[in-house]
Amino acid sequence: MSVLPNKQEKVTLDTFMRGLWEENPVFVMLLGLCPVLAVTNSTMNAIAMGLATLFVLVASSTLVSLLRKMIPKQVRIATYIIIIATFVTIVDYVIQAISLDLYNALGAFIQLIVVNCVILGRAEAYASKQKLGASVVNAIGMGTGFTIALLCLGTVRELLGAGTILGVQIFSSNFEPWVVMILPPGGFFVLGAWLLLFDYLKQRKEQKLLSAEGAVANGS
Amino acid sequence: MDPDSLIFIFLNAALINNFVLALFLGLCPFLGVSAKKETAWNMGIATMFVMLVSSISAYGINWVLVKFEIEFLRLICYIAVIASAVQLVEMTVKKLSPGLFRALGIFLPLITTNCAILGLALFQTFREYDFFQSLAFSSGAGVGFTIALMLMAGLREKLALAELPSVSQGAAMSLMLAGLLSLAFMGFAGLGGSHA
Repeated sequence: MSVLPNKQEKVTLDTFMRGLWEENPVFVMLLGLCPVLAVTNSTMNAIAMGLATLFVLVASSTLVSLLRKMIPKQVRIATYIIIIATFVTIVDYVIQAISLDLYNALGAFIQLIVVNCVILGRAEAYASKQKLGASVVNAIGMGTGFTIALLCLGTVRELLGAGTILGVQIFSSNFEPWVVMILPPGGFFVLGAWLLLFDYLKQRKEQKLLSAEGAVANGS
Repeated sequence: MDPDSLIFIFLNAALINNFVLALFLGLCPFLGVSAKKETAWNMGIATMFVMLVSSISAYGINWVLVKFEIEFLRLICYIAVIASAVQLVEMTVKKLSPGLFRALGIFLPLITTNCAILGLALFQTFREYDFFQSLAFSSGAGVGFTIALMLMAGLREKLALAELPSVSQGAAMSLMLAGLLSLAFMGFAGLGGSHA
């Protein structure tokens, strides 16, 4: 095995928090968008998908980190894929055993966790270079960030598309649901809107830093 | 139309349930390489090719797995097959047409992690398509992917010249565009009813 290029990172709160905000896999790095858009038409689906991904992410990061000195460099990607695929198969059968309805709602997207770039990206960029502790904490942070992003989309889409959250009626029955929100285009629109919001906030913060008064920043 | 007919399967995969715009498969290349029409076209062709190869291989693999009753290995086998199919395609293209190989560049190996390919293999297994139906399905999916990519590239080339507020440049705008395209593609649902 060749020398490890990155130096070992100390486990701090930052290792965990980075995945939540600064390097949020969905909102900042735009990774793993396929499940983000496909299964977020209800809050329940979003939670299930987030937890499934979190589990696969943490389990595969653990194993990759433990085996990082044993995996030959030339075949590392293939090895990571096999490790990830094993855990995805486990999740697939577990969800099928717990709730068949959920399994049918999520469909092929559980198995498609294998090709979620967030997981392979973590294995390649972090777990293969860092010690077990740091890898696990980082994976939990990333997984949580991913779940939060899914929730952000899922709640907005369910609220606007059906007037409910987790099946509980929020708007009065006079509310005409925006059906487009639970259909495919809604996924693109809601994610686009979230990104716009974050870009706007980021720009406003930068402008505030720039202008000495810092009062009249309006983000345009 | 008969939902099992080859032409319906083809149209369904290409337009009604377009892989990118209705099923959200293969979004990474869709957003990543759709900045220029030329790269979009090359990417589309390469993906279509890999889709055909891996669809045929997946059909064979599934037949073997069912025969020996080891379906739980399906996922691992499929991903291994896709990775080798991409490798095979890469070597073939390099040998037969070095010009095309250079044009495709890094996009070829990256197709391995394109979820449209694995999604295609999984869907054709779940829907129990026979060999020719699988072929129609995979070519439809490939055509649909290329259409979506080309449309997006065309839009983005125009958009590069437009004046936009500085917040809405970048990924957010691309997603909004994709949403509009997806909305337009929903009109195809009238072709034969949504047959997900």
